[in-house]
Amino acid sequence: MADEVKLFGMWASPYSRRVELALKLKGIPYEYIEEDLSNKSSLLLKYNPVHQKIPVLVHNGKPIAESLVILEYIDETWRNNPVLPQDPYDRAMARFWAKFIDEKLLTTARKVSFATGKEQDQAIEQITEQLKLLENELKGKEYFSGQSIGYLDIVANVLVFWFRNLQEALGVDMFTEEKFPIIFEWIGKLVKIDTVNECRIPKEKHLDYIRTRLEALKFSSK
Amino acid sequence: MGEENKVMLHGNWSSPFVKIVHLALTLKGVPFEYVEEDLENKSPQLLKFNPVHKKVPVLVHNGKPIVESLIITEYIDETWKNSPQFLPEDPYKRAKVRFWSNFVQQQLFGSIFTIIKTEGEAQEKAIKEVSEKLQLLEEELKEFFPDGSCSIDSENVGLLDLVFCSLFGPQKVEEEVLGLKILDPGKTPLLCSRVTAINQLSLVKELTPPRDKLVAFLKFIRENALKSASG
Repeated sequence: MADEVKLFGMWASPYSRRVELALKLKGIPYEYIEEDLSNKSSLLLKYNPVHQKIPVLVHNGKPIAESLVILEYIDETWRNNPVLPQDPYDRAMARFWAKFIDEKLLTTARKVSFATGKEQDQAIEQITEQLKLLENELKGKEYFSGQSIGYLDIVANVLVFWFRNLQEALGVDMFTEEKFPIIFEWIGKLVKIDTVNECRIPKEKHLDYIRTRLEALKFSSK
Repeated sequence: MGEENKVMLHGNWSSPFVKIVHLALTLKGVPFEYVEEDLENKSPQLLKFNPVHKKVPVLVHNGKPIVESLIITEYIDETWKNSPQFLPEDPYKRAKVRFWSNFVQQQLFGSIFTIIKTEGEAQEKAIKEVSEKLQLLEEELKEFFPDGSCSIDSENVGLLDLVFCSLFGPQKVEEEVLGLKILDPGKTPLLCSRVTAINQLSLVKELTPPRDKLVAFLKFIRENALKSASG
């Protein structure tokens, strides 16, 4: 029986793009379903009743939600080209930094986006500290995962496109090559990889998207 | 104990996150040294081993630190492969265990803590949230345990059981402090019977702090929170 793999995602979501990247790196054929988040499909609500969010991977009718959980599922189910390291300590480290990116870095990035004045300055200070901690993990390595890209690079992919686009849309000194030369060197390597590029979000469309959301938020907070 | 294979756990008696790891090590029969941390006065070792979050628990194995309770527990499961195996073999079941463990620890824990720290409307809102989340959990448990069976022994404890135990161990303590029930066997019978079963294990009983100490601790947290909220 052929495997049936479906991915419910959204074009601007780094969480669903990272799942696509993993699927492509493993050469797993899948059907992609674009969700309109303002009008979620009944299928999505059925497959993820708890959070009602994308991404959701559905493998032979069985749904898995939460991008980091999905990444581990993919690695354990299709065992070619493993993305997580073999050694338990290295795995723990990769999981730690992935969680750090999702729970700390991305939360602070949102603060930077939506705050203004002094609050924004503080948020930028905070994100600088956090990015520096993450940058440390690249020292002496080709990629976060070592000699070739893996789980943590897939998760950190959010820096490659989203953070750069956010930087451009906001115009504040949040994420620049001057501040983070090692991260940008890594970005330079990543964008040369075909599979990574296949999962890139369309830049102009994304810039528009970010700007629209920021405007809407400013408008609603008045 | 020689440096080879030396295991240390930095923790604090009141932390449910530490409890998960403490139980995991004990159930696996891993010899370890426990270091009680004063959270008001963290040791230089703790700050060195967890510079990013400066929190407990921290597991140190062969001098290498691992942090975050669920990550530590998976590390323990992958390093010491004897039973109990905290995660199942099947990838889909593993995904479910990870999903629900995260859910309980992040969402449920947060909301329960809000109940403890608030009163009036804020508390009502948190109580409603917890109730809804517990129902979701109950529905999921029906799939995990279609026969409704709930026998647990020290050989078959799973990750989700450890998470339940860390949160609902002192459950009757919360009732005494708050004057309300968080777990209701009428509404979530499967969850309640699972929690009761885990808390009956002798290893778990040994690791549960004395009731008076827990009651005093929760009362202290609640009073402080209410005081600072009223300004």
